[in-house]
Amino acid sequence: MGKRVLVIEDEPNIIEALSFILSRDGWTVHTHSDGVNANERIRATPPDLVILDVMLPGKSGFDILRDLRADPEMQALPVLMLTARGQTRDRELAEKLGVNRFITKPFSNAEVIENVRALVTG
Amino acid sequence: MRQADLARAAGISASYLNLIEHNRRRIGGRILNDLARALGLDPAQLSEGAETALIEDLRAAAATRPAAEAEVGKAEEFAGRFPGWAGLVADQAAQIARLEARVKSLADRMAHDPQLATSLHEVISAVTSIRSTSSILVGSEDLDRDWQERFHRNIYNDSQRLADSSRALVGYLEAPADSGALALSPVEEVDAYFDRRGHHIADLEGPAESDADVEELIVATALTNPAAEMLLRGRLSTYRSDARAMPQDAFEAAAIETRHDPALLAARFGVGPAAILRRLSSLPERPAHPAFGFASCDGAGAVTRLKAIEGFSLPRAAAACPVWPLFQALSRPGQPIRAIVALPGEGGRRYLCHAIAGPLGPLRFDGLAPVEAVMLVQAAPAGETAMLEAGGGCRICPRPACPARREPSLLA
Repeated sequence: MGKRVLVIEDEPNIIEALSFILSRDGWTVHTHSDGVNANERIRATPPDLVILDVMLPGKSGFDILRDLRADPEMQALPVLMLTARGQTRDRELAEKLGVNRFITKPFSNAEVIENVRALVTG
Repeated sequence: MRQADLARAAGISASYLNLIEHNRRRIGGRILNDLARALGLDPAQLSEGAETALIEDLRAAAATRPAAEAEVGKAEEFAGRFPGWAGLVADQAAQIARLEARVKSLADRMAHDPQLATSLHEVISAVTSIRSTSSILVGSEDLDRDWQERFHRNIYNDSQRLADSSRALVGYLEAPADSGALALSPVEEVDAYFDRRGHHIADLEGPAESDADVEELIVATALTNPAAEMLLRGRLSTYRSDARAMPQDAFEAAAIETRHDPALLAARFGVGPAAILRRLSSLPERPAHPAFGFASCDGAGAVTRLKAIEGFSLPRAAAACPVWPLFQALSRPGQPIRAIVALPGEGGRRYLCHAIAGPLGPLRFDGLAPVEAVMLVQAAPAGETAMLEAGGGCRICPRPACPARREPSLLA
């Protein structure tokens, strides 16, 4: 079984496309589509990597990341953030909160694969 | 507008208008108001006190550009010797202020508008999905038929969504067709509606069974800004409620009998003081009634309604003078204030103001209870001593010792 990636994203067609390209790259893909229970979902079965959207219903990706990093066991979990907001201040906030990588929508599939491979090797 | 059209609109002869235009006749009262309305101007701009208003405008213009080192002390002389040039300077300063306010509101809208953020998010999400999905279709020759059909369907759905959301976005960003480059804020647009009608809406004075009359007026106005339409609906509904509670004939008679005393009128009609002040401000223009100005503001001091009268107005974009009873009332909700307010300068204008603040909307004990202050303004009766000294704004106010001063005056 491949490495486990949890995609936290609320757009069904983006989830479907990401699931397809990640599966084809050998990842075992799990998905979660709202912000409210995302932290519980991560803690219940920690993946090897989280792909996290910023604008989610209920709770933003920034808040999820902040809560995640507040948990000592989750501080090293690689997180790749996806956002439609490419402003510098969003990038700075994500980095301050402890994101590992950050890509803006609309991204290319190659960009996603390149980043997830860089975050989880071996 | 042609001179003949203007004369007709103001109900005077073209030759009389010609005399006025060449400063050979002074104007006032009904003709002044009719001319101002026909020209879409503030009556103060056409009145005998036009020069005073012009001087104030020049001082305000100088305050915005201190580096220019304009001879502020000679504003009066400038306005007197070169009224045309002085008017041009004042008009351009006012236009710059309007443009700056517009730019600020647009920048604010771009940065914080939730509707814009949602629309952009929709567009970006659809584009992301289409880009990713189409890359899969193009780059995967071995993709089985089920996946192909699924991704084609997703692209079709996302392209539909993109078309809808981008259309909505363009519609949202497009300025209303008739707004021009100097689109008014929604509040200003609604105030302009009332200004054009002298703040008296005859269509809403009769008995009415439903809201249809309000809706008909809104349709006839053809406002293109939905926010202004929403505000106008609220204002017209309030107007009609006031008109029902205080029918015009009875109210006019009582107003004359009580010498327009808000407290006596409130007792007679059994309504709250804010409604009385509103109703007085919407009396039709008649010699029997004084000219009433009116202003309201919300809890943050933002002017939400303004009826200017000669010499009295409040800035909308900049902070106003906090001495006005309108703002004093905010700190004393429920307590009526009656005050004579003097403007700066020798023989400065004096106004009798009635103001009160209270909760806005239905009574509620839980959550936010918004507050609104209202103020009725009229020329002060002779002989009453001024209790408050207000101004047009700190930078152009020559009262160095004012305890409410926010920043130094250019005139100090």
